[in-house]
Amino acid sequence: MNKHNIGYLVREGVRGVFLHGFMSFAAVCVTVACLIIMGSFSLILFNLSAMVKDLEKENEVLVYIDDSYSEAEAKSVGSQINMIANVYEAKFVSREQALDNFVKEQDDDTLFQGIQAKTFRDRFVVTLVDNTKMAQTVKDIEAVKGVAKVTAHYEISQGFQTVQRVLKIASTAIIAVLLAVSLLIISNTVKLAMYDRREEIAIMRMVGATNGFIRWPFVVEGFLIGIFGGAIAFFMEWGLYDALAAKIASVDSLKLVTVIPFSDVLPVMIAAYALTGFLVGVFGSLLSIRKFLNV
Amino acid sequence: MIDLQNVKKIYENGTRALAGVSLHIDDGEFVFLVGPSGSGKSTIIKVLTAELPMTAGTALVNGFRLEKIKQSSIPFMRRTLGVIFQDFRLIEKKTVFENVAFAMRVIGASEAEIKKRVPYVLELVGLENKGRRLPNELSGGEQQRVAIARALVNNPNMIIADEPTGNLDPARSYEIMMLLEQINALGTTVMVVTHEKELVNRFTKRVVAIDEGKIVSDGMDGYYTYE
Repeated sequence: MNKHNIGYLVREGVRGVFLHGFMSFAAVCVTVACLIIMGSFSLILFNLSAMVKDLEKENEVLVYIDDSYSEAEAKSVGSQINMIANVYEAKFVSREQALDNFVKEQDDDTLFQGIQAKTFRDRFVVTLVDNTKMAQTVKDIEAVKGVAKVTAHYEISQGFQTVQRVLKIASTAIIAVLLAVSLLIISNTVKLAMYDRREEIAIMRMVGATNGFIRWPFVVEGFLIGIFGGAIAFFMEWGLYDALAAKIASVDSLKLVTVIPFSDVLPVMIAAYALTGFLVGVFGSLLSIRKFLNV
Repeated sequence: MIDLQNVKKIYENGTRALAGVSLHIDDGEFVFLVGPSGSGKSTIIKVLTAELPMTAGTALVNGFRLEKIKQSSIPFMRRTLGVIFQDFRLIEKKTVFENVAFAMRVIGASEAEIKKRVPYVLELVGLENKGRRLPNELSGGEQQRVAIARALVNNPNMIIADEPTGNLDPARSYEIMMLLEQINALGTTVMVVTHEKELVNRFTKRVVAIDEGKIVSDGMDGYYTYE
């Protein structure tokens, strides 16, 4: 591309958007529709994944301290446990607290009223940073002096990991399929626009235009359509998401479902919509123009 | 300069469009290529502009060997030619000035060069006051003049005109031919493909007649010798 041409080709691309108004409008609508579907799926999967992670955090490891340790000695073991890399938090529970909790769990049944606190051990309730490393972390905790026994629910942790893996694979597959479908639909829309302008392309070729010269205005046009479609889709998605989140909050008084606020995912969503809009716009144009360059 | 040697073109459906055409056109010549419909005139143009590959033979067009030409070199070969069509092929949404300037932009000319050259060429074809008009605001003869200006603007070695007067009345046809003759007098080779006998006979030029894919006569006497 010649330096004298850059400004002209960009101007032509911008002009093309307005000159072929209806086709541009159709391409923007298709882009918006595809991106909203894709964005909605991504947000649903993102929320599900976050919910699973929250539930997983409640999968705690119980660390029982040696019977012979006094409460002060038992508490000091906590600092060593906290030093283990994968430990998020180690919360101390004394024998007395453990007894109280146990009695409460039995609905204050009189049968358990006579139990002595010394029947219980001092303990730590440990939450982990990454539950996939539970086995190794349990080994590290067991190695700490003063730890008598560690109880961990591997099967629950593995269950969560399986759910997360399935969600990850499903979301990747769904997003990939939707991206391919979007690309195909947008590429076909751009192809229609180009079919409309095949005579213009033929003239370009006849006066000696290189493929690059012909392609650039269409790429600029595709880029603008993609970015504009991406921006509209982003704001519509934001509005729809917030409306849905407000509806869920009003219905779900027990707070069973936690919806991540859109502001938390704002930078990611801006980047995702801009990038996807750019990709489908530019690659959609490049894919569709190939056919018209073979004359 | 054009040099075709035993050029053959057989289409995929088996139609033999060119059956061994040999033709030499020197720089600065004015040649009429005549023949009935389906004789192979359009196929020769398509071969010369590399729109169609040859089936056999050799073709040299302004220094480019078409039987060996790379896809990436075709635009540069086309820039040595100025092609004019019966249906003008102007971009409807661009002004007259932009239609002509467009051919210069393709070769990477600067804005300063465009602003200097386009008015000059428009003046040459008699459209100095029509630069801001859109093609559909012009008569057929004027539209063809725009197409000639576009073909001429990059100073090509040769102008190929495919039935340039096919959509024009006799008076406008004559004017266009006169314009092409003037362009030829300035040193540009001109090849006009036509089947208009009367028009050809008004000019004393070389006439090459083609029929059934073969050259059947090639005379310098200015007469339409085919038929």
